Amino acid sequence: MKILVVEDEAEMRANMVQSLQKEMFVVEEAADYFTALEKIHIYQYDCILLDIGLPGGSGLNLLEEAKTKNNNGGIIIVSAKDSIDDKISGLNLGADDYLSKPFHMAELHARVKSVVRRKTLNGSNTIKLNNLCINTDERTLLVNETPLLLNRKEFDVLLYLAANKNRLVTKTALAEHVWGDYIDEVNSFDFVYSQIKNLRKKLKDANVNVEIQAIYGVGYKLIAE
Amino acid sequence: MKLASYTTSYLAALLLVVISVWAALFYFAMLDEIYDSIDDGLDNQKGLIIQKAAKDTALPNRLNFEEGGYSIKEINTQTGLHFRDLYVDTSMYMQNEKDFEPVRLLTTVFVKDGRYYQLQISTSMVEEDDLLAELLFSLLWLYLGLVATILLLNTFLLKKIWKPFYFLLAQLKNFTLTQPGNIKVKETKVDEFSLLNKNVQKLLQKNIDTYNSQKQFIENASHELQTPLAISINKLEALAETADLSSAGAGLLYSALENLQRLTRLNRSLLLLSRIENKQFTHEETFDVTESVKKIVEDFDDQIHYHQLIINIAEEEPCVITMNPDLGGILLTNLVKNAIVHNHSGGSVTILITQSVLVIENSGNDGPLQEAELFTRFAKQKQSPTSTGLGLAIAKAISQIYSFNLSYSYPKKHTITLRFK
Repeated sequence: MKILVVEDEAEMRANMVQSLQKEMFVVEEAADYFTALEKIHIYQYDCILLDIGLPGGSGLNLLEEAKTKNNNGGIIIVSAKDSIDDKISGLNLGADDYLSKPFHMAELHARVKSVVRRKTLNGSNTIKLNNLCINTDERTLLVNETPLLLNRKEFDVLLYLAANKNRLVTKTALAEHVWGDYIDEVNSFDFVYSQIKNLRKKLKDANVNVEIQAIYGVGYKLIAE
Repeated sequence: MKLASYTTSYLAALLLVVISVWAALFYFAMLDEIYDSIDDGLDNQKGLIIQKAAKDTALPNRLNFEEGGYSIKEINTQTGLHFRDLYVDTSMYMQNEKDFEPVRLLTTVFVKDGRYYQLQISTSMVEEDDLLAELLFSLLWLYLGLVATILLLNTFLLKKIWKPFYFLLAQLKNFTLTQPGNIKVKETKVDEFSLLNKNVQKLLQKNIDTYNSQKQFIENASHELQTPLAISINKLEALAETADLSSAGAGLLYSALENLQRLTRLNRSLLLLSRIENKQFTHEETFDVTESVKKIVEDFDDQIHYHQLIINIAEEEPCVITMNPDLGGILLTNLVKNAIVHNHSGGSVTILITQSVLVIENSGNDGPLQEAELFTRFAKQKQSPTSTGLGLAIAKAISQIYSFNLSYSYPKKHTITLRFK
């Protein structure tokens, strides 16, 4: 899986590249419009992470270029502008997703994987975690061919942790992903905890060979092969 | 009180004093002149009578004032020697008026053939009360005439002169910094007014510029903060993933992450607020309030369960309005969230929807809140240290854009009423 990170802010770019490399992606980077343009024209990428405000030109132009050159790859706009107009024009121009800065790395992983899953030709829409098989389209679970029922929130939590398997997902990142941006309440993490507790119990009862670890009260980590 | 009536009333009062003083002075001066003239006449008559008496051999001893209006009587030498001319005001019976009328009486003494005679000459006097009444009447007319003139001047002339001023005033009355239109002024020949116009325009322009640059500054600052915030959060997340982290270290790290997260939310809210105020949400479509409220309540399902809140949605009439759907969602979310967050366990939220009004009632720990403070930025309730304090300010800003009326009351519970029309 090959990913291009187009981002002019060096530190930001380094964060994204390092984190995605840990997810076993092949990551290339471009710091300005023309480098990115060149790379888009030469190589094929499974996913392009695109900043809108770039030295040398607008990311939206790159988006149009990429759409014509890079048919199969997914494109996620990553912007600090967080403006609805950019979002709409980006999505209209064929971007697959829009992520506004600042975001959690866990969120980036989940989005990239989701886009890649959808874009990969005859790719599977399933995620395998030991004896657990998650069908992301139908939102169903199979444990050794036996269906396991989860409610909507539990499924979202599991899917998010699965997208970041073997990596730490902070409670905030998880809460924001599952409950939306409006989670800014003291008690919000209490129901993250209760949701995880329920999920763990259901997984254990179904003999799922997957462990959800709590990390020092910072967050959670899904352990799987 | 209008400026014109103000000056008129002052002038009227002042004129009353001036005219009264002037009238008194005029009256006495007039009277003095009259006495002077009468006394001269009496004096002259005295001379004529004495001359005539000197020629007459038989002394005309007249005790009564018959024709000629004088009387002569003999007096003793002793009195005659010490007598001086005396003018007095007295009254005398007048044939024609059949009444006592005021007269001026001159009493004098003359000598004829060594014998002393007292001569009294009278002449008709002005009737003082008549004079006074006449004077008073004419002055009253003068006063009324003057006041009428001033009023007339004020209504027509001053109104015309002050027109540019009142025009400017009307413009200022409708002026708001958030929606500054062009301030128009009327051309005027009066220096003070044209100076006022110029300076007011300059002042307002300065204010508009300051306001705009401040707005721009907030938006730019918020934008610029996004990237460093993103970098910091992601670096800390990367640090948290390293295995050699102690429990205490993780705690510190998490606390730092949490606070950066709070800063992010604050920053996003500020950015949203400036976008709303800069009218960057232009697209409009029909927006179903009930449907949106139901969906939002569903989104808050976990919070509602966690706090064991009882939520009641009563849709009396369908409520569909035209607005930007994103802003509509933000507006309703902030209101619903406010009612859920500022509540106690086992409390209730009642949402009533009619064709043009949305009422959200919630139980809370505090008594009535100050409406004026409630919708201002960073008006925080002590209950929630992590809230940005911008939620209701954002709701207010959105309401203002669409001229919705957002108000707070406390009949028994906290009640927020949103009137769409």
